[in-house]
Parts: sequence; structure tokens; C-alpha cells
Amino acid sequence: MTVHQARNRRQEIPLKLELRGITKRFGDLVANDHIDLTVEPGEVHALLGENGAGKSTLMNQLYGLLQPDEGQIVVDDEPKVFRSPRDAIAAGIGMVHQHFMLVPVFTVAENIALGHEEVRGGPLGWLDRRRSRRDVIETSQRYGLPVDPDALIEDLPVGAQQRVEIVKALTRDVDLLILDEPTAVLTPQETEELLTVMRSLTDMGKSIVFITHKLKEVKSIADRITVIRRGKVVGTASPQTSEDELASLMVGRAVNLEVTKAPAEPGRNVLKISGLVVDDDRGTHAVQGLDVVVRAGEVLGIAGVQGNGQEELVEAIMGLRPVRAGTVELDNEDLSGMSTKQILRSGVGYIPEDRSHDGVVKEFTVAENLVLDMYDRAPYGNAFKLNPAKVAESATERIAQFDIRCQGPETAVGTLSGGNQQKVVVAREMSRPLRLFVASQPTRGVDVGSIEFIHGRIIHERDQGTAVLVVSSELDEVVGLADRVAVMYRGRILAVVSPDTPREEIGLLMAGITGGEEESK
Amino acid sequence: MSTATVAELTEVAAPEPFWTRQRRLGLGLIIFGGLAAVLFGALAPSEAARFTLSEDAEGAALSINGQFGAILFGVLTVAAGGVLFAGLAKRRQTLLLTLGILSFVLSFLCWQVAGKFLPLVDTSSGTLQLALPLILGALAGVLGERSGVVNVAIEGQFLMGAFAGALVGTMAGSVWAGLISAAVGGVIIAAILAVLAIRYLVDQVVVGMVLNLFALGITGFLYERLMQPDAAGYNTPPQMPTWSVPGLSDIPVIGPVLFQANLLVWVALLLVVVIHFGLTRTRWGLRTRAVGEHPTAADTVGVRVRGLRYMNVLLGGVVAGLGGAYFTLVATGSFSKNMTAGAGFIALAALIFGRYSPFGALGAALFFGFAQKLATYLSAVGSPVPSQFLNMLPYVATIIAVAGLVGRVRAPAADGLPYIKG
Repeated sequence: MTVHQARNRRQEIPLKLELRGITKRFGDLVANDHIDLTVEPGEVHALLGENGAGKSTLMNQLYGLLQPDEGQIVVDDEPKVFRSPRDAIAAGIGMVHQHFMLVPVFTVAENIALGHEEVRGGPLGWLDRRRSRRDVIETSQRYGLPVDPDALIEDLPVGAQQRVEIVKALTRDVDLLILDEPTAVLTPQETEELLTVMRSLTDMGKSIVFITHKLKEVKSIADRITVIRRGKVVGTASPQTSEDELASLMVGRAVNLEVTKAPAEPGRNVLKISGLVVDDDRGTHAVQGLDVVVRAGEVLGIAGVQGNGQEELVEAIMGLRPVRAGTVELDNEDLSGMSTKQILRSGVGYIPEDRSHDGVVKEFTVAENLVLDMYDRAPYGNAFKLNPAKVAESATERIAQFDIRCQGPETAVGTLSGGNQQKVVVAREMSRPLRLFVASQPTRGVDVGSIEFIHGRIIHERDQGTAVLVVSSELDEVVGLADRVAVMYRGRILAVVSPDTPREEIGLLMAGITGGEEESK
Repeated sequence: MSTATVAELTEVAAPEPFWTRQRRLGLGLIIFGGLAAVLFGALAPSEAARFTLSEDAEGAALSINGQFGAILFGVLTVAAGGVLFAGLAKRRQTLLLTLGILSFVLSFLCWQVAGKFLPLVDTSSGTLQLALPLILGALAGVLGERSGVVNVAIEGQFLMGAFAGALVGTMAGSVWAGLISAAVGGVIIAAILAVLAIRYLVDQVVVGMVLNLFALGITGFLYERLMQPDAAGYNTPPQMPTWSVPGLSDIPVIGPVLFQANLLVWVALLLVVVIHFGLTRTRWGLRTRAVGEHPTAADTVGVRVRGLRYMNVLLGGVVAGLGGAYFTLVATGSFSKNMTAGAGFIALAALIFGRYSPFGALGAALFFGFAQKLATYLSAVGSPVPSQFLNMLPYVATIIAVAGLVGRVRAPAADGLPYIKG
């Protein structure tokens, strides 16, 4: 077995990695343009770049999922060609993907064993479950990463799933670990824990490539930083570099990291949710008796680790998921039971979490996407026909107004960058008279320039007197936008706090930890 | 240390809707059981219904008064439904449901058999024989679908298998040559399915349907041009011999059913066990299930997703081809146009009814086989129910089983989705 040979050959010898002139093209798009990168043994090398800068593409080539068009991967001064992840693993490279590569209906041990199963002889390959379990326990103890080998993945919280992913890579005796946006789904405390784990791994001689767009984490953990912009290496930096400098390197110009806004002037209660219960796809209660109020002219931010019912809450408000119990009232009118169309037309704007599935129709043009909500209304058309001239005219207007960078109204939305696609969604949803604006992960997969713009529009909408509900797994975003922060944990609002509350406190709440015991004692 | 605590959240008891699945099933059983008790009870003559252990009316038998039995089992159905409806059955839902349906069937039988007799051995072995192609077809489905390839071409694989088995069996004068060719016939269809679905990413259901039509067309054409003009030369395959296991075949009922049978019966039953343990206990099975659930995850740990899918679909072709051999080498003795008559689709239903598991598929196939056997038996003894309705029985049973009883079956997550790298 090649894996095992490699394992014996290189035991305890740290791995040195060099990427030389890696180039990858997808059609006309140059995703990676002659990238050079050296990862020294035992270092944490941060790969910093915006969404879409080409970080993941680069790492997928290093992990054998994609093959470079040009350039060389050199491991320990020896050029390598990785045709599949199998080759990469054999060379001592492991990867923890942003979207976990775990089979939800398998146990932890099964997931970790998959691909290099312990088997007893025979042509069938009878699984040796006891040895698989033992391997998991051994590795998890050796690196201090507690995992239960018999738990089903789908029952585990994301933080635990991530540990499984790391253990999975480590059981393959890799010496270089690629972590692709590992902190995106973690609470601040879990992030701290992860950074500690990363530190102890490098102490044991492993190298780590840490892909991220979060500057604070880079500064606290990285030994060296390589910044990528639009497929090119634009510079290397040391962790002493200031956040502003890193940000401008990453974006290519000076950026304003803070959301500037005047104090809110909240008015009447626009959205009032009481006792809301909503089921997830598996039929269990994802939202469990939630109460919340959003007032006119304020932004209520919902913070929380992904998977605590935020998605179901938003979908229930929008009529995309049945309300099992409780009420959702818009200015005292019950929305539950209304169709999504009725809800949209009663003055609710909506940025869905999954832009490419729920936000836009990729094959449609910008102009068509901009009237998806109003295509059968004057002036764009009626029940029988569209009015293409009006559609195009309004599209041209809104493209300018919302700074949508495209060749024109007839461009297919699928060809635009993530940020510009999102601006199309924002432009569409903000073109109706609104009472409530619901934004779920409004800047996920969006470049910094577009983030600034979208945040500005959301605040602008607030200042017009609209009630705004923002759901985001990025705590920075919630705290930056919100006038009040509601922390959601296991289907309920655990507390509503001011955005000025210390991060640590919000982080503890996100993990379900309340400090309420002191008074009762 | 601060005295922070993890928030203790009690689960909210959201109001359960009154009409749960359990309640609906319970109500269904109550209604059907009540109808059975009243209707079958009223129609059944007050004569003995004999379930005989031997082939004829004499000999050892389980006997019950028809009218009494019809009412008794009808009431039992109602009782099972009542327990379900009252919500008393927490975990035993499936058991009660099975019990209820069984009682209903028995009630019906008591009415039909009253004053006559039902030979148990013949019924059981007939059930097994009729279930045979369904078992094999459903297993072929299990192999493909657990690895993420939907196979609706089981019907086509049956037809090709049946045809190839008859043709080569006749020409070679050997039933074994026929059997092997039948497997090859199934593999041919499977290969086309695999290449189009896995390599060219064509919609798998559409490909499957087209392949069914293709198999129907080509076997029909060759039958007319080749077999009809010279049946002796091309369409009189030797039949699969019946072997009996000495000793074991003397066990009452079970012996003649299981140990006095043809090779295909044993192959089918053995395959159920092999595939079950293969899927759950071997490296191949773990990888197959991973590829069917989350191919990207499998790929990132070095499992060859497409290769494994090819292998499983082709293996499925072998199994379905053997199922096709049943029609010409066991059941009838010659090929005729469209002789499978939708059995492939019933096998597909058995696969889903059996929740994509080998033993589930076996149970479902036996259920459908019994429905078919019952239809033949009832028309033979001159049931008052019109024969057209009796012939509908297996199909009605299929619809009720798949639509009503299964509820939500969880298919492999990546079933039917082509895998595109990157």
C-alpha cells in the first residue's frame, strides 16, 4: 500500500512544500496566475485573500482534486504530480475542506476509516471495526482532539464535525494540513480552541496552510502570510503587519472595516414573532418557541453558530417553511399561512442565504432577475405579457444605482462575480416599498467592495424607517450592522444584547453559556 | 471562575398535529378490518376453511370455520388499528401494521377458502417462485442505487436476460450456458446505463426508460424474425433442474419449499445474505455507501467514485440478468414478446418498499409474489371475485405498499446524481 510506505519513510521528518508557478485557467478566467508559495516545515502559513481570489482553487490543486495547467508542486525538493487526493495523501498532505467531507449517516469511525479501511484478509475486505475504533481513539488522544468514534456525524455539532475532519487527516499521517476557512462556522471560543490545536500541531512538527479572509485570526496564529488577489500573489507579510495594511493588500485599496451609521431611531413594532416553532427537514423542531420583535428603523442582528435554527426562522418568516406553532405578525397581521408571494408583496424584502439557488436564476439576464418579483405587475407586464422595453429601462437604471458591474442588462447573471450577483438580489429586493427587510448571510462569498456597498444599502434602508433583520454567521457583520444583537441558540433567542457587548460575552452566549447563575446564588 | 452555566433548554413540546401517520394508518386498518369482519363474515359460508399441509384435500391440515375466521381476523385487524390509533404503540408500529395487514389477508382467505382447501406447500413454493425474479431484480437495484445510480432499467435487463438465456440455452443445448448468457444480457443493458449515466451524465431515469423500450424492441424483433420461424432451433431452452437436498427436503412445508428447488432459488437467497453483509461489513460496502451518500467526501479520501459506480451497476446487471433467466429457464420454457410484463417495475417497487436494503427487498418481493400466487389460486378455485380484479391484485398491492405503507423512504442522498469532479 502506497500510503503505508510513505508513512514509514517520512515518519517524524517535517515536510517542506513549494509551489512553483502554479497556473490554472477555467475558460477565459485565470483562477491562479503563476503562484509561487513556500511552506516551511512546522510553520502556520496563512493564505489570505478575498472570496473568489483563487485560494481554494490553489489548494484543490495541491490536494489533487484539480490539476494545474502549468507549474510544479515540489515536496521535499522532489517534484510531484497529484492525480487524485490519494496521491496527495501519500505525499503527506491532508486537507480539511470548508464544507466538511463527511458522510452524515456514517459514524465517526466509519468516516475516518473510509478510503484507508482496516481490513482482515480475504478478497472481500472484511472491515476490522475494532481496529478502526482504536485508531480513532489513539489519534484523538495523541493530538488532544476528543471525538466519539461511535457517534453519527449528523448528530454532531459543527465544531465536533471539524475535529473529526482533523482527526481524519491526522490518521493518515499527514505532515502538512490544509485548513480551508476553518473558522467560518465556529463560535469565537471554538475558534480559540482551534487555534490552540493548530499551535500544538505545529509544535509536533506538522505544517499548516491556513486559508482565510479573517484578519484577526491571521495575525494571531500565522508565522507567515501570503496575500492573494485575483489569482496572483500580491505580497507576503509578517503577522506584525497591521490589519489595515493587510486589508488594503487583500483588496487592493484602502478599505473601511467599520460600518458607519448614525444611532437608530426605532419606531413601532413591525415584526413580532411569538412562540414560533418550526421544523427542519428531518422533522425535528429547529426553532423552539422563539419570541422576537423588530422595530421600524432599527437593525436587529441575529448572531449564532450556524445550524441553531436561523435558516428555519428566516424561511418561516418568508413563508418558505410551514409554521408549526406560534405567530409571525407584520404590523399585527399574521403572515403564517400566507404564500411567499403575498408576503413579499405585503412589503417584505428578502436576501436568501443561498444566493445561487434561491437568490438569482443564473441562466437569466440581469434585467430578468431584477423583475423576478414584479414581472406580472405594471409597468413590467401583466398577467399575459411582459413589457421588455420597461424591463430593460428599469434594469439600466438600477444597474447604475446599485453599482452592478456587468456588461449590460442582457448579461447572464451566472457570469457575474458573487458580489455583483448579490447586488442584483439587493437591487431587486430594495425596489419595492418595504416595511421589513430580511437579510440572511447578506455578504457570504462577496468581495470587500461589495460588502461595503451592501452594508451601506442596508443601513440606508434602516434610515428610511424599514425594520431590518440580519442573520449572519459572521459575528463581525452582525455586530457591525445591528442596533440590537439577538443571540440564537438551539432554536431560541438566548439574550438580546447591545452590539457594544464584549465579544467574549456574545461568544459564550453563542455556545449556550449564560452567566445568570450569580444572582441566584 | 465565574459561575457560568450552559443554558438548560427544555425541549418545547410543539402541538403534534392530530392526524399523525400512525393515526392515519390506524384508522385505515380499523376501516378495512371492520369491512372485512362485516363483509367477508357475511359472505363466507359457515364451512371449514382448510389449510392443508399436503397437496390434496386430505391429510394434515389447519382447519377453521370460514365465517368465524373471517370475522375473527377482521376483528383482529380492527384491534391492531385501534392500538395504533390510540397511540399506544410507540416503537412497535411496524409490527402492528404487519399484524393488521396479515389479519386482513387471513380474513379474506377464510372467506375464499371456506368449504374448500388451500395447499400451503404449493402456495408457499409458488410465492417463492414468483418472487424469485423480483428478489433478483430488487437486489440489482440495491447494488446500483446504494452507490448512487438509479436503475429503472430492471425491466429491460430482465427481458434481455430472458431472451439471451432462451436463445443461447437452446443453441448450446445447455441450461448453464443459458444462465451465463442471461447474465451477459443483463450486463449489456447495465453497461449502456452505466456509460450514459456515469460518463455522459444523462438523466438516469430517462436513460433507464429508453433502455426498457430498447430491450422490448430488440427482443421483440429478434423473437419474430428468429425464434418464431424456428422455435425448435432457437426457442426451446432446457429447463433448470430441480434438486432436492437429502434429509432437509423431508421437513414439512419448509423442506419442499426451500430444499427441493432449482439453483436460482438458492442463488437468490444466498445473494440477499451476501449483499447484506457485503454492504454493512466490508470495505466494498462502506465505500459503496459512501459513494451513494456523499461522493465528494469519498473522492477526497481517494475512493474512485466512478469506478465503483461502474462496478456496482455492472454487478447489478449480472443479478438482474439472472432474474431474467427465471422467465425462460424456470417458469415457461420459451421466450415470448414482452413476457416480463412489468415485473421489472414491481422489482423496483420492492426495492423502494424494502427501503433499499437486501432483506427489505426480499420481504417486499415475497409480499408481491404472494399477491400474484393468490390471484392464480383464487381464479383456479372459482372465486366469486371477477378474474380481472384478481389479476389486478399484485399491482394494487404494489400501489398500496409503495404509496401508503412505506411513507417517507430515505433514499441514498446522492441517488441519481451524477458525480462531477471539482
